[in-house]
Amino acid sequence: MLLALLSDIHGNLEALNACLEHARTAGAERFALLGDHVGYGADSRGVMEIVMRLAEEGAIVLKGNHDDAVEGPALYMNDPASAAIEWARSSLNAEQKRFLAALPLLVREGAMCFVHASAFAPERWHYVDSPSAARSCADAGGGTYTFCGHVHHQVLYFATREGGMSAFQPVPGSPIPVRGNRRWVAVVGSVGQPRDRTPAAGYALFDAPRALLTFHRVPYDNLAAAGKIRAAGLPLSLARRVELGV
Amino acid sequence: MTDPFAPGSVIEGYTLGERLHAGAMGDVFRVTHPAHQTPMVMKVPRFGAGDSAENVLGFETESTILPALTGPYVARFFSAGDLTRLPFVVVEFIPGESLEAIVQRGVSPPPEVARLGAALADALHSIHRQDTIHHDLKPDNVMVRPDGNVTLIDFGLSHHARFPDLLAEENRFAAGSAPYVSPEQVQRCRTDPRSDLFALGVVLYELATGELPFGAPATNAGMRDRLWLDPKPPRARVADVPPWLQEIILRCLEVDPAERYQSAAHIAFDLRHPAQVALTSRAEKSQQAGFLAQVRRWWQARERGPAEQARDRAPLSSTPVIVVAVDTVHPDADRHAAIRRATQQILSASDEYRLVCVSVLRGFETPGEPERSSFSAADPHLDHLVRLRHWADPLRLPPERLSLHVLDSSGTASTLVDFARRNHADLIILGAPDASQRGLAWLRSAASTVAANAPCSVHLVRLPEGTRQDAFARETGLSPDDLPQ
Repeated sequence: MLLALLSDIHGNLEALNACLEHARTAGAERFALLGDHVGYGADSRGVMEIVMRLAEEGAIVLKGNHDDAVEGPALYMNDPASAAIEWARSSLNAEQKRFLAALPLLVREGAMCFVHASAFAPERWHYVDSPSAARSCADAGGGTYTFCGHVHHQVLYFATREGGMSAFQPVPGSPIPVRGNRRWVAVVGSVGQPRDRTPAAGYALFDAPRALLTFHRVPYDNLAAAGKIRAAGLPLSLARRVELGV
Repeated sequence: MTDPFAPGSVIEGYTLGERLHAGAMGDVFRVTHPAHQTPMVMKVPRFGAGDSAENVLGFETESTILPALTGPYVARFFSAGDLTRLPFVVVEFIPGESLEAIVQRGVSPPPEVARLGAALADALHSIHRQDTIHHDLKPDNVMVRPDGNVTLIDFGLSHHARFPDLLAEENRFAAGSAPYVSPEQVQRCRTDPRSDLFALGVVLYELATGELPFGAPATNAGMRDRLWLDPKPPRARVADVPPWLQEIILRCLEVDPAERYQSAAHIAFDLRHPAQVALTSRAEKSQQAGFLAQVRRWWQARERGPAEQARDRAPLSSTPVIVVAVDTVHPDADRHAAIRRATQQILSASDEYRLVCVSVLRGFETPGEPERSSFSAADPHLDHLVRLRHWADPLRLPPERLSLHVLDSSGTASTLVDFARRNHADLIILGAPDASQRGLAWLRSAASTVAANAPCSVHLVRLPEGTRQDAFARETGLSPDDLPQ
């Protein structure tokens, strides 16, 4: 069964729809949404409608730090991020807020572990941005495969025989054999706000029976998403990020 | 626990037959499967408590990369068992003999070295095009099929650019086989396909002289000699080695990858067209560098520092073989100039190209000798070679980038397409009929047939409408580009 892994949608409905369509065309039958559904973007409400529908259909849905900040202010956030959370808070309905508040930080299922940031102290939102961070994430997650987001880049970490982990930069669209005899940590990238100078939305597809993981980049109407951010009066830097992928 | 792998047992649908090989690294069985007609073998690694990690990693690497490779130069992959439970791979059985057996029989004559070497270069080019570096090319890992083609085996040290490199940070792991390993592999660079071209140079050297250029060092210090040691020239060992073959071998064995051939396709081309090899001082070397020169090489190696990982270079897309068809039978000044302009534009976007100019003559069939490319007074093709050279002259290309070929054929298009396929062309440039000649004239043209059947991209050059004659030709009725008939 093909599992689609989507993270850091950040209120970008256009990007989410493009990824879902891409994943369904590729044959995805199940979805895992790794958190930060809201924040930054202008359409948190529209995104949450889809997220909640997917959850009803059996999707794995996790809580990210922006989702968490909807309930209570996050003091560590910078001004644009706080402004966007404020906007999300005002646009989400009570049911959507209750849904976000009840989301888990970490889900384990068989050989797989899902988390927004790092499986090591998930509530502290550590970035998995180095082989050593990936190793503590994999150790804490305990599964053969750990899937996470939070850093907005696509990276695949794999265990080496010498005990550490190595980083690999995946080539979008190219299936990678990820055999179960070693541990893997996949950082699946960001659907709604990629920051590698490529605006195309990022997500990944995991084919568990064949042990193949494919990272994808999906072009979508990012100018429309950026236009909504401008129209909402959110900080211009957030619109630029979506326009340029930075 | 009894060994599940024995003749007669059935593993995931495969019935094990004769044990073809039992070695320290594992066993090889003939296998059959009701769903497959192809003769197959099952490789079973030997690892468990006490077995080396190298064996496990090599097996994991091979069974990851092999399924991704296609083409006639690798054993077709059928199936792999679960690495943690029942490790095995099933691949196509390769008939023929190991290249090692040929090496053991002694020095091969230069035409045979060139033939085997070109077949090997074909195989390397095929896997390099698939983003894979073999990293362990040696006669033991090459099967020579009865038809003369070769198949590469043992991808246990290989690197695939789109897969995580399981060996990259495993420093206890050998970088390659000591006699064949490239200088940059010694420095643990695993991302440069030109490492395979170095190993190919060692194999060519071995075939041509019966000796290994660097011996078989057994220590790390011995391996580091690879970073500077100048091998004894092949002609100093076997006087019969022709200069062109020494040129090719020593160019493959350059310490600095930038000084080697940049693509296996270029090596295959040179081995198939000895007369077209641009000879340098390498061809005439009669002894190793002297003591002082060796000291200088050693010092330069120190200065150079560690080899850089070559991840970002894209050698194959920037090292094209470009075939340009020039009609020397019906010289047409405007068309020739237009094809030259197009060629110039294409070359300006490539770093390490090889431009192959071809003229196809019809009706000059000489059985068994379809191609003439050397100058000699008695050569009936000389006139056309001269015209080809004249066409190429304004491009001002260095000799090692250019070669000229007059081909005999009964069909222009099929000859061009075959030539392009044999020589790994990345692009064919040729003239198209004028825009006025649509319909049947287009369908009958060489351009349409080549475009339909070429193994690569085709660039058709058409004269823009209304530019048939330049001003000079209009005034004088003569063209300075016109060749005397």
